[in-house]
Amino acid sequence: MNETLVDRNNITLRDRLKNMVASFGLPRLIIAGFLLLLFIAAPFVGADFWTQISNTVNRFSWNAIMVLAMVPMIHSGCGLNFGLPLGIISGLLGATLSIEFGFTGPLSFVMAILIATPFALVLGAAYGWLLNKIKGGEMMIATYVGFSSVSFMCMMWLLLPYHSPTMVWGFAGKGLRTTISLEGFYDKVLANFLQINIGNLSIPTGTLLFFALLAWLMWAFLHTKTGTAMTAVGSNPTFARAAGVNVDRMRLLSVVMSTWLAAIGILVYEQGFGFIQLYMAPFYMALPAVSAILIGGASVNKASIANVIIGTFLFQGIVTMTPTVMNSAIHMDMSEVIRVVASQGMILYALTRKTEGTK
Amino acid sequence: MLSDNTPLLEMRSIKKDFFGNQVLTDINLTLAEGEVLGLCGENGAGKSTLMKILFGMDVIRETGGYEGEILLNGKPVRFATPFDALAAGIGMVHQEFSLIPGFTATENILLNREPKKRNVISEVFGERLDTLDYNEMTGRAEAAIDKMGFKIDKGMRINEMPVGHKQFTEIARELSKDNLKLLILDEPTAVLTEKEADALLSSIRSMSEKGIAVIFITHRLHEILSVCDKVVVMRDGYVVSDVPAAETSVSEISKWMVGRSVENTGSIDIRDTSKSKTMMSIRNLWVDMPGETVRNVTLDIKEGEILGIGGLAGQGKLGIPNGIMGLYEAGGAVELDGKPIPLNSPRKCLDASLAFVSEDRRGVGLLLDETLEWNVAFPAMQVQNKFLKRYLGGLVKWRDEKAIREVTDRYIDELAIKCTGSKQKARELSGGNQQKICLAKAFALEPKFLFVSEPTRGIDIGAKELVLQALKKFNRESGVTVVMISSELEELRQICDRIAIVSGGRIAGIRPASDPSEEFGLLMVSMVK
Repeated sequence: MNETLVDRNNITLRDRLKNMVASFGLPRLIIAGFLLLLFIAAPFVGADFWTQISNTVNRFSWNAIMVLAMVPMIHSGCGLNFGLPLGIISGLLGATLSIEFGFTGPLSFVMAILIATPFALVLGAAYGWLLNKIKGGEMMIATYVGFSSVSFMCMMWLLLPYHSPTMVWGFAGKGLRTTISLEGFYDKVLANFLQINIGNLSIPTGTLLFFALLAWLMWAFLHTKTGTAMTAVGSNPTFARAAGVNVDRMRLLSVVMSTWLAAIGILVYEQGFGFIQLYMAPFYMALPAVSAILIGGASVNKASIANVIIGTFLFQGIVTMTPTVMNSAIHMDMSEVIRVVASQGMILYALTRKTEGTK
Repeated sequence: MLSDNTPLLEMRSIKKDFFGNQVLTDINLTLAEGEVLGLCGENGAGKSTLMKILFGMDVIRETGGYEGEILLNGKPVRFATPFDALAAGIGMVHQEFSLIPGFTATENILLNREPKKRNVISEVFGERLDTLDYNEMTGRAEAAIDKMGFKIDKGMRINEMPVGHKQFTEIARELSKDNLKLLILDEPTAVLTEKEADALLSSIRSMSEKGIAVIFITHRLHEILSVCDKVVVMRDGYVVSDVPAAETSVSEISKWMVGRSVENTGSIDIRDTSKSKTMMSIRNLWVDMPGETVRNVTLDIKEGEILGIGGLAGQGKLGIPNGIMGLYEAGGAVELDGKPIPLNSPRKCLDASLAFVSEDRRGVGLLLDETLEWNVAFPAMQVQNKFLKRYLGGLVKWRDEKAIREVTDRYIDELAIKCTGSKQKARELSGGNQQKICLAKAFALEPKFLFVSEPTRGIDIGAKELVLQALKKFNRESGVTVVMISSELEELRQICDRIAIVSGGRIAGIRPASDPSEEFGLLMVSMVK
């Protein structure tokens, strides 16, 4: 009996090791290696190492929540949320309305979240209802939901009766500007909280803590009865239905959660970046988040918090490091090219492997 | 019609196994020119596999080929692909139609064998661009339809045809091949109306007169008797009898179909439950499950018994549990312990302490990509809030990993599930062990009433025995009423108290499991639609 037990443990250990290597994946290995190379090369081309680390950590803190927003929909089998712009728009509505209503300082951030929430819930529910109608083609439809909502809001930003002088065009006195400075509102409200500054190294502790809180909530949710049901729906919807789970409701919930996280994500991004970007800006926000979680090792229907953290760090690391290091090294602007190749290539890679995880 | 010289087809000691599972053993068959052979047997007897071998289907080669030899006109042949079989003059009409819906009957009949005319473009670019010769095509299609002896509209598009005509189009396509010597019909009458079926039988006769040999597979035994020259009955991969049709009867054939070579006397400890109270009563149940339509089932299930539901494939036995459990649309009235069960709602059934082990293990029964723990505990967790820890006054229901591991380990021990541990993925287990996980999942619900559908499908004999014993033990020790649906009559007779046979979407009869197999065999074919 003891012998068999030992045997069993050995097998598990070996299998685990094998699984770990296999699940780490070639693309993730290559990107991690590339990033490491960039860090090593940085001092040699005259870039300060600690500044680079700070930049990477900062960008990580801005983007991580939008990557976290991918998790619920992946779990419920709705695939990657290419419709992220919809949530981002809810966040932008919250941000602009909070300023319009005259809130300033940290309070404006809290109000932005509070105002964005009902928009995210309603838009998310409608979006989820739509995705329940077209099971199997979620990602395609999601892409167009994102795109068309951005275009629609391009008109609305001009037409909605905003009056706050900090936001509208100076001459016309109406219509929102493309970029709105957050100075005096919630610029760096989270980042400055308990910020650590040692020489050139600066860590935005508050933002990281805020992300950690949301990530912990997500992790906890996935350990509850409802979270378990959501994962099962993504793993095998027929099984979940036969076990008495309302599949459509779980999917709807996941879409709402994802949309709300995207709204919060953009607010956090803005407080770090210092500006609200309107009009076409949300258009391009889904792809970096999608590729980040994929680089982190998630598949189309399996994702963990670790995938989010690793992926965001790797992706944002590449994005921050390539301009400085590559440009000084080869005196050519390669950063954009590499970023595009890495992000789109990663999505392409993951989508071609779509069938593997599914039954 | 029977000729004494070399037979058209001779199959000698054909053997075939799928991954060590012997499905055909020592099959010998001969067929003369113009002879009609009726092939029958229960599902899984090996009929289809035998025909696939004869027709050179890819699946045979992919699974390691076969042993034995096939002689066509005295010459040994071994078809690598269906094209070789076609070239040698063998035609096959499958159960599933392979027709192009938007094309007319004529176009389908002559697809890829169309007579062609050369034109200017094809002179330059080659024969792929030849024009079709529609006049000639119409003529040939007409000839094929005449040969068949049943009139169908050759200009009608397939998607506008009634289902029977599609079947005839397929047959006409085979007949339009000039070199056709042997035609295999795999359950062609299953989709036909009575009148069409009669027409088909007479067209088989006329084919036979023209010298075409026919292998006719059907569950309708009277058809076999009326049209065939000889009958071959298969069971468990053996040919159990090969007799002239004139010398046998429906009851004899059905006895051969279900009987065992080793006489099995059925269940040893049959429980008489006739005096027990009725646990579930089903009234006028219909279920719209594709391929397993239930038309009108009325059935009473007694408390504490194991009721078997048997019958041939496609007769509706699988529809009964799937319909009651709300997985397919259903109507009628079902009462459990006097309380009505709402149909079309899986959750309500589970709440009423019903549980179901699906026949579709991989599709419905398991979370293949999750751990065994999840598979075992999930339904109980969702339905009965078991294996949960409550925080904040029940607001947060947290997964209790420890309780889940304990229950999984318990069932792994009890059912002797072979795995590396409770954290292994369900996908990695063998079929038999996956089935045990499905049972564990149902047991963990601690139901009052359990449906088990095809629990032994696709698992080896040893695992079969364990699964059946586990079920019996569960019933006898916890007093849970069990309804087991299975295509294998012997298996039902082994563990059930009573067996209901479904035929044509209705209950054909209920007998104690100790009744002889022939009785059940007759019931199985009694109302076949």
